[in-house]
Amino acid sequence: MAKKNSKEIVISIDGKKINTQEGKNLVKAAEENGIFIPSLCYYEHIDPPLGTCRVCTCTIDGYDGPACTQKVRDGMKVEVQTKKLRDTRSAIVEMMFSEGNHFCPGCEKSGDCDLQHMGYEMGVSRSRFPHLFKDRLIDFNPKRMVIEHNRCVKCHRCVEEVLTDDGKRVFSFANRGNQTEVAIDYEQEARLTDDQALNAMSICPTGAILVKGAVMTPLPFGDRKFDMTSEQKGFYEPSGKDSKKAAKKGKKKTIATISLAGCFGCHMSLLDIDLGLLDIIEVVEFNKSPLNDIKEFTKQCDIGLVEGGCCNSENVEVLQEFRKKCDILVSFGECAIWGGLPAMRNTIPLEECLEEAYLNGMTSEPGEYIVPYNRELPKILDKVYPNNEIVKVDYFIPGCPPDANHIWKVVQNLLFNEDYSVLYSEFKYD
Amino acid sequence: MAKRKSGKFRDRVELLDCLWAYQSKHGYIKDNHVKQCSEDFGISEVEIEGVISFYHFFMRQPGGKFTIYLNNSIVSEFKGFERIKQAFERETGASFGSVDPGRQFGLFETACIGLSDYEPAALINFHPFINLTTLKVKEIVSQLKKGKRPADICDDIPNNIRLQPPKEGAIFFRDYKPGSIVPLLSQMKPEAVIEEVKRSMLRGMGGALFPTGLKWASCAAEGEKKKYIVCNADEGEPGTFKDRVLMTSMPALLLEGMIIAGYAVGSDEGVIYLRAEYFWMKKQLEKTIKQFYKMGLLGTDITGIKGFNFDLRIQMGAGAYVCGEETALLNSMEGKRGEPRTKQFFPTEKGFLDKPTVVNNVETFCAAARVVELGSDHFLSIGTASSPGTKLLSVSGDCHKPGIYEVAWGTKVSRVLKEAEAENPNFVQVSGPSGSCISAKEFKRSIEKDDLPCGGSFMIFNDKRDILTIMKNYTNFFKEESCGFCTPCRAGNFIIQRKLEKIGKGLAYPSDYDDIREWGEVMKMTSRCGLGKAATNSLNQALEKFPKYFDGLVDHHKEGLNKEFDLESAVQEYEKFKS
Repeated sequence: MAKKNSKEIVISIDGKKINTQEGKNLVKAAEENGIFIPSLCYYEHIDPPLGTCRVCTCTIDGYDGPACTQKVRDGMKVEVQTKKLRDTRSAIVEMMFSEGNHFCPGCEKSGDCDLQHMGYEMGVSRSRFPHLFKDRLIDFNPKRMVIEHNRCVKCHRCVEEVLTDDGKRVFSFANRGNQTEVAIDYEQEARLTDDQALNAMSICPTGAILVKGAVMTPLPFGDRKFDMTSEQKGFYEPSGKDSKKAAKKGKKKTIATISLAGCFGCHMSLLDIDLGLLDIIEVVEFNKSPLNDIKEFTKQCDIGLVEGGCCNSENVEVLQEFRKKCDILVSFGECAIWGGLPAMRNTIPLEECLEEAYLNGMTSEPGEYIVPYNRELPKILDKVYPNNEIVKVDYFIPGCPPDANHIWKVVQNLLFNEDYSVLYSEFKYD
Repeated sequence: MAKRKSGKFRDRVELLDCLWAYQSKHGYIKDNHVKQCSEDFGISEVEIEGVISFYHFFMRQPGGKFTIYLNNSIVSEFKGFERIKQAFERETGASFGSVDPGRQFGLFETACIGLSDYEPAALINFHPFINLTTLKVKEIVSQLKKGKRPADICDDIPNNIRLQPPKEGAIFFRDYKPGSIVPLLSQMKPEAVIEEVKRSMLRGMGGALFPTGLKWASCAAEGEKKKYIVCNADEGEPGTFKDRVLMTSMPALLLEGMIIAGYAVGSDEGVIYLRAEYFWMKKQLEKTIKQFYKMGLLGTDITGIKGFNFDLRIQMGAGAYVCGEETALLNSMEGKRGEPRTKQFFPTEKGFLDKPTVVNNVETFCAAARVVELGSDHFLSIGTASSPGTKLLSVSGDCHKPGIYEVAWGTKVSRVLKEAEAENPNFVQVSGPSGSCISAKEFKRSIEKDDLPCGGSFMIFNDKRDILTIMKNYTNFFKEESCGFCTPCRAGNFIIQRKLEKIGKGLAYPSDYDDIREWGEVMKMTSRCGLGKAATNSLNQALEKFPKYFDGLVDHHKEGLNKEFDLESAVQEYEKFKS
């Protein structure tokens, strides 16, 4: 932190001159001047800064490095928003989504989560990395807390910040390499006051630290912490081309849709286009789709919208057919993009899942201790696959479910080359 | 911090030693030991567990009466690792990663143990066993079962010095009388020592090539009274074993180098951070230290120079490659997890216990001692203008004469290959997995700062060796050895490893190579320390230098709309339920 009366200096961020004080943290100096350097693990009062997440990577006087570990000095030249840096930052956030098991719709912190927020800020619609689906524990043993290791991004904040009154650490990193995790000391945890425990939950950037019984009131869209805080208004600014004409000139375009291992929620969202559907019908026709109950393709389609990933052999066959019959294939919704909620089983061997469901479960019918297997039934895959691991997918629309406007804007763009802007508030994972 | 009623807590610096003491006595660290440590050191149990679980030689479960660590580095893999692994399993009845039911033998894999010239090699209760064959394994295990102690039957490790420059051209391996260099200091002021080292243009031999004189000068300029000299004897880069040979053949030269550094920068305390893989050398080093005290080369008023005091001790590591990174090493010495520090200060400003600290590796200290002995002119007369002096290469892999080669900087790769009698070399890995991958086309390149800087590892691979196997070995190594602190290194190496597995299964597309390049670039740009930054170096170089080979691993016909998906194997698990 900068000392009082430190020297006034000038630095430049993306070419903009900024007056600040020598020795101040770069992230802080930028923030005070209205420039947002995305960062996750950064916590103003932790010194030396952690530098664990690497999201704030910038180019500083020609060298790439995290902004959070830099103190400003006179004449410092910082680049924040170059194309390469934006892409690199996005890659780091995607890496976090791929490394952990982040099932936003089932998470208490959803809508109030720093990781989610970073995803929105970066405009991450999917992770470029394959999800690792490593089996992680949920630790219910602590007296007051639940540690959800699936969600931990190893930012180190809790390790640094959560101490008992006599200065003992409650958390520590344990293991090494890809096995690294945050461990909790049950004895010390029990000695925390209620406020200290709640503080631990609140400094966690994700939902990895929960306090038993502490209810987080889920807020509706629009009221959530990160819904409106961004500087960003939208993604993909329109260039102002008039597309209506283009749309009318051509003949009707054909759309096919399907729900694989999904909950039909994305299709429900599709219906939320409401009255807009009447306009849509003017310019497109639907082929194979649950919306009109056409079971078989009757012709080659312009675009195929796929909800849900692949959890069984039938899903794979249908998806492969869609790939053949649709010129453009779009995965819409989290399940289609990376597996989503059905992929919660990916960290557990299939055999255990089936045995739990059909043999050892509390609701198993007596005398029917059998795992269904019949040649009429689709075969269950070893894990739930995202569609792009099975066929080539051209576009991805994130959301659980994706916002109706978002879906329609993408389709309009793809079919009629219509420019569009997806609003920040329409871009959702939860 | 709360104080114990009975008095003060133990100094955290002693934590690693304390854990070692429990483990050596009981075979592993028990729950009550963790509790005891927590009380003694005044830190929570979870923090103790965090330290224990960082280092792979610390055990929380019984590791057997005989704990066997078999090296899984790439050189070992090519010299029969798999065969030896099976032999150990067969003979002991234990399977790797665990202990046999009789709790006699524990079998574990470990990264390079610094015996690459004698692979396959293993450590049994930290005693070295080299050139293993199935027969030898059988013999060893039966001896142990008969009650022999590993210390009695372990191998003597010959030094294997294969190439020495002609008499005056040598720096390291030339005549040496232990204790003959430090007395020269009485003729020199500390500033003069630093000046001489600066003039010699000596650079850090660990591979970073930071000018040693500059490092010493900046530490000397610090106003603090307490300063430390730390020897990085954690040579963990796979394929390196030159420090091992220096410490076994002339441990006194290392001590003299450290004492000289202490004199030059005004420090009165030195620590050798010795990797646990080199436990077997500890005794000899301690003996040498004791002799030095007797000879008046350590202690107070050394060689009669009033007020020149210097003490030296050994700090054992506990198994972590990343501790070769100097700030990670300092954290480890302080009894913490060996995570590299946030780079705000040089160790010469704030190092061990936040005091100014010089960290150099074994070879650098030895060379510095020689600079004082021989003079910088002698140094400058060898090697090239920008890299004077000589370099020790640890040559291993596919050659008839693996071992240590002292070569003048500027020596060509082809010369080393010829001397080592390499057979059909296809490529050379210079400076280990995080260094450079040199194809046959580049064998004319020379080992020097401006062309091919080298930390010491020189692994030769012939044309029969599968490049993907080598790259998979490297990536696996980095995945295990990443400290886990920053995202790109912790997750990135894991992700790259999965990708290589996919390529190995024949499921890759040309675009997968683009992914590796781009992802490697992200890791390089954003990782917190050199480990993550350099982790994909070799892989990217290999992709660039062996395009034909990698092209052969993908099926171009599959590129198209439908990606490869193996439905049959994906439903295999479910087929079990077919009745």
